[in-house]
Amino acid sequence: MDFKLKIWKQKNAGSKGKFVNYEVKGISSDTSFLEMLDILNEDLIYKGEEPVVFDHDCREGICGMCSLYINGYAHGPDAAITTCQLHMRKFKDGATITIEPFRARPFPVIKDLMIDRTALDTMIQAGGYTSAKTGGVPDANAILISKENSDLAMDAASCIGCGACVASCKNASAMLFVSAKVSQLALLPQGKPEAAERVLNMVAAMDEAGFGNCTNTGACEAECPKEIKITNIARLNREYFSASFASEL
Amino acid sequence: MSWFTSTFTSSIGKKLVMSLAGLFLIIFLLVHLGINLMVLLENNMYFNKTAHFMGTNILIKIFEIVLFGGFIIHMIYALFLQIQNWLARPVRYKIENLTNQTSFFSKYMIHTSVVILVFLVIHLVDFYIKAKFIGDVSDVVYNGKEYHDLAALVEAKFLLGGAVIFYLIALLFLGFHLNHGFQSAFQTLGIDHKKYTPVIKFLGVIYSILVPLGYACIPLIIYFAK
Repeated sequence: MDFKLKIWKQKNAGSKGKFVNYEVKGISSDTSFLEMLDILNEDLIYKGEEPVVFDHDCREGICGMCSLYINGYAHGPDAAITTCQLHMRKFKDGATITIEPFRARPFPVIKDLMIDRTALDTMIQAGGYTSAKTGGVPDANAILISKENSDLAMDAASCIGCGACVASCKNASAMLFVSAKVSQLALLPQGKPEAAERVLNMVAAMDEAGFGNCTNTGACEAECPKEIKITNIARLNREYFSASFASEL
Repeated sequence: MSWFTSTFTSSIGKKLVMSLAGLFLIIFLLVHLGINLMVLLENNMYFNKTAHFMGTNILIKIFEIVLFGGFIIHMIYALFLQIQNWLARPVRYKIENLTNQTSFFSKYMIHTSVVILVFLVIHLVDFYIKAKFIGDVSDVVYNGKEYHDLAALVEAKFLLGGAVIFYLIALLFLGFHLNHGFQSAFQTLGIDHKKYTPVIKFLGVIYSILVPLGYACIPLIIYFAK
């Protein structure tokens, strides 16, 4: 398969970027999207040109490192996958593919398609954890958790923090990410003691970082590789109201 | 910063204010529609007397200030939130998301709101300001008491084809705005439940169709029937 690529090239956060056109030829339909970029880069290096910089790590959809906004979709035009799980058979032979970095003010471009997602870590540092000392291993049935809550918490915990929600949101809001982290802990007894403090601090960190505000369009859940639902955002709001109006913090 | 300030300057706090003001306006629209429909009655007395009550009763007058406050808060907070949203993505995408899984109207709330705002200003000038401040409205007498003949004002207005078309277009955009606004307000309030959310979403769609339709039938009936 042959493809025409329109790739965003940008020297660093301070410089102005532009699209550069590339061509790749003879790509197998079983090639993953990132492997296709590897082939392009090998070709570029061979020709003495500068390769295209992009984020990647585990390449099996669990680390949250890969990103890319491909033809108008975060992680490309397929549901519930990361870019590393996208294959070239999803595209038509000879197609033009536009590749942009995830765009948001809190996600400055480091180089080309690589972005700085430290803002997500900053929000986790603000409260996305429990600080209780765990002690020894408790009895299996010492802490009772309903099946429903355990499932909901597990669903929320499947967030890999890739930032596709921010990238897909027309407002560059990080509320799906924050809501997943808040929900995952608020649903379980271990997370309850610090729930109020956590939600206040995480929302403050979110606003501080300069993310936009959710307008309930649902674009984030449509693009989330882990299919995190916006019911989590409703839970985030409830947690926030109860922390703001009912807790003594 | 006090808890109060930090709550209502936070993203979720501002959204809370938006949604409460929005729901308040949604209720207002129902009351307004109920009174408006009276103008279609054969006898204009009912509409004129109700309009007189709404314009003179002290409680209603106080509530009028609350109502304007609701509009202004909804608009100011929308503006704040929207500006932040624009600033959050300084470089736009070349190719934007084409996903069809999201509600279409949800993406154009600020655009539909501009149409509604323009309509609101013209609507206030058309009726509210004319009746209240300019006073060039003819009077009618019921049981020896004088009332403004506001029904005549409405009927005169909607005999003009241009006014009818303008009102219909504005109502269409109001419907678009309500289509997302209704259910979105509940989501923002954190009201999300397996049992009730489908009902809320259904009611939202019904409301966003029936209420603008109810308003629309007034100029249409006056234009074609009178």
